[in-house]
Amino acid sequence: MSTEATTEVKQKAPKEPLFSKKNKRLITDPLTDSNPITIQVLGICSALAITVKVENAFIMSLSVLAVMIGGNLIISALRNMIPGRVRIIVQLVVVAALVILVDQVLKAYVYDVSKQLSVFVGLIITNCIIMGRLEAFALGNKLWPSFLDAIGNAMGYAWILLVVAFFREFFGSGAIWGIQIIPDSWMVANGGWYMHNNMMILPPMALVIVGIIIWIQRSRNKELIEEH
Amino acid sequence: MAINKDGNGYTFMFSIVMVAVVGVALAFTSQTLKPLQQENEKQEKMQNILAAINVAVEREKAPDEFGKYVKQRIIIDYEGNQISATDGDIDPKNLEDAFNIDVKKEYKSIDKEERNYPLFVCEKEGKQYYVAPMVGTGLWGPIWGFVSLQDDYNTVFGATFDHKTETPGLGAEIKEPMFEDQFPGKMILDEGGNYVSIGVVKGGAGPDNKHGVDAITGGTITSDGVGEMLNRSLETYYKYFNKQ
Repeated sequence: MSTEATTEVKQKAPKEPLFSKKNKRLITDPLTDSNPITIQVLGICSALAITVKVENAFIMSLSVLAVMIGGNLIISALRNMIPGRVRIIVQLVVVAALVILVDQVLKAYVYDVSKQLSVFVGLIITNCIIMGRLEAFALGNKLWPSFLDAIGNAMGYAWILLVVAFFREFFGSGAIWGIQIIPDSWMVANGGWYMHNNMMILPPMALVIVGIIIWIQRSRNKELIEEH
Repeated sequence: MAINKDGNGYTFMFSIVMVAVVGVALAFTSQTLKPLQQENEKQEKMQNILAAINVAVEREKAPDEFGKYVKQRIIIDYEGNQISATDGDIDPKNLEDAFNIDVKKEYKSIDKEERNYPLFVCEKEGKQYYVAPMVGTGLWGPIWGFVSLQDDYNTVFGATFDHKTETPGLGAEIKEPMFEDQFPGKMILDEGGNYVSIGVVKGGAGPDNKHGVDAITGGTITSDGVGEMLNRSLETYYKYFNKQ
């Protein structure tokens, strides 16, 4: 099926290069002006929950990337075969299957991280970004653009997660990727002057940081500001 | 050959084929990765048992260290009689081996009189310690732990707890050092040698209380669960120790 679809692309659009302007935008747009988290406000739940540590955010982003690419490719490949009346269920089954695969792989190879991510890997199924892209994009586009769209959106999700996790881990636990940055001798407990901001470890601070990112983004690009 | 893609027949066929393909793919992955996952769980269990005698190891190194410290694995019954004792390497198929007893599964499915009670005899720096696994019920789901006793069969040497779904910041605090570090030095017997267990005291146990630890603020039900788990489990081990 996949080879068939790629040859189709070549026959119908022989002049369009793989990284045409249109295709590049599929990757760059979700990183900035149509970012799934800050602009479309999707996938917020997981962004709050698993951004206490950079490592967790990274593994979560990788998982979402894998599920996005897999889901977009499969749905795009099957787009002419999927019966319209059951298409949402088909998408759900595909996403659920991929998520279970990812969960099993994490449990086998990065057991400790998978314990910390706990239910949130399973909840990728309900992540609106994925179903949204399948329904809005993969169902109506060829394999290559769908692949790019998946990468773009997953990366758009990932960078926000990583930035939020960076600030939360640094100010909340004084570390980055589990490596202690702020020395123990600075701590009030050891006679120093510094204290971790425990608020950073709690979910509300993730919302505040996401809010700040949205603020910066919209003040730099006035077109993003909605008029009411 | 034109197929009516909106017809019922096509829709049914498509769904059946899809479910079959997905089912096979998932079953295959699950079977392939199972050995790795079970190995991880086994290592974690060893890590927890070692943590109960205050030996901190990384999960990957747990099997080597486990062999060094754990000298004997005993199963006892509810009345405190020894059923079996094994040492040396762990054979995953040997159901007489205390390490292979799934206490969580037995807690869910068997009455307490019928359960197996594993006990791990450890040796550290020339002294013997007894590690008792235990399972109980928290607020949202199971809680479990490992408690080690010194060779007077009375004084707690270390304790480690974990949970499945307790509330973060409240009940989930039972797995934090702040809670676990209260246990070393506590006694399960009173001065007359009678069994009193260790209580988890709401409002705080006084510093002189040899049989109580502070409960967790906002985690009353989880704390009570830990207290109940300790009382019920340690009683069986007490019966066993009494017969030694």
